[in-house]
Amino acid sequence: MNHEAPLHDFMGLTFNLSNVLMITIASLVVFLIAVIGTRKLAMKPTGMQNFMEWIMDFVKGIINSNMDWRTGGQFQLLGMTLLMYIFVSNMLGLPFAISYDGVLWWKSPTADPVITLTLAVMVLGLTHYYAIKMKGAKGYFKAYKNPMTLVEEFTNSLTLGLRLYGNIYAGEVLLGLLAGTLAFSGPAGFIGAIVPTLVWQGYSIFVGSIQAFIFVTLTMVYLSHKVSDDH
Amino acid sequence: MLTSSFVLGSTSHGFNGGDMLFQLVMFIILLALLKKFAWGPLMGIMTQREEHVANEIQAAEASRQEALKYLEEQREIVKQSRTEAGQLIENAKLQGEAQREDIVNQARLEAERVKESAKREIVQEKEKAITALREQVASLSVLIASKVIEKELSEADQEQLINDYIQEAGEGK
Repeated sequence: MNHEAPLHDFMGLTFNLSNVLMITIASLVVFLIAVIGTRKLAMKPTGMQNFMEWIMDFVKGIINSNMDWRTGGQFQLLGMTLLMYIFVSNMLGLPFAISYDGVLWWKSPTADPVITLTLAVMVLGLTHYYAIKMKGAKGYFKAYKNPMTLVEEFTNSLTLGLRLYGNIYAGEVLLGLLAGTLAFSGPAGFIGAIVPTLVWQGYSIFVGSIQAFIFVTLTMVYLSHKVSDDH
Repeated sequence: MLTSSFVLGSTSHGFNGGDMLFQLVMFIILLALLKKFAWGPLMGIMTQREEHVANEIQAAEASRQEALKYLEEQREIVKQSRTEAGQLIENAKLQGEAQREDIVNQARLEAERVKESAKREIVQEKEKAITALREQVASLSVLIASKVIEKELSEADQEQLINDYIQEAGEGK
């Protein structure tokens, strides 16, 4: 279970090649799903188009429950992309983990705090950008009269990223223990591991979906806090 | 080693700035690509559908309004033709009445005229008859007189008569 990471230094930055691989795969999967789902667009939606429109309405619902659609409408694309990307990322690590030569290659990219914190910091950065863009510099700084707001910025980004990471990483660790360690401890262990592995995989699908939903919801909550005037 | 791995995962090896950068760049690229190839067209078709539905509702509303208008118009026309028909019947009745009156009057006048002319004719005939009678009576009386004179005139009477005549003639001068 305690795998090494395929680290590689390039131009002064450290790259975890497995992360690079999984980010690319997750992005590719999301892109393919979205593009295939919107190939045959019709006024009367069929098949995949229904699914894509459901996602669109779902994100629209999340935004609408947090802010006015006039200000929130521009975040719909961000919300949809985040939702699908995080969901797909969470799902990638579920069916299997591939390690080669003691190096873990296939896993959820969201099982790495660096990735989730990057997403969280990106979202927080966007909230600041839109706050200044929509309320002006004066309105933006007015929110910091209370110094606790500054603390909130750090805790928000930390909790947003670490919540996702913790859930997915814990799921993978337990899956690794069940399928990797218990299943190889003997015939009884193999048989005994089947049921808990199945259960935990099912639960992980649930957790992965919920975490993607929570991430998008919190993104919209933070955005609405920054963008709207009454907070 | 195991504990630290559980807590911090694969970042126990240090700060992976490259991953952050890669994730950020990939996400932005993904966002841009999806916007161009998936969300854009999808949003387009959804807006189009919304517009279509709105248009349809509007069209339905408009045609309903039009139907109502037509109905009102038709109702008005029916009402109008009904009153017109009533008026026509009324007019025909009045005209018939007038014509009847006219005919009766004319007949009365005609009868009057016929009566008048008949009266006139009667009077004329009566006068004619009276004249004829008078003539006859005169000639008859002369005849009778001559008969009487022939039969009864005596010598003396004749004398007397002649004298009277002469007297008269003399006085008449």
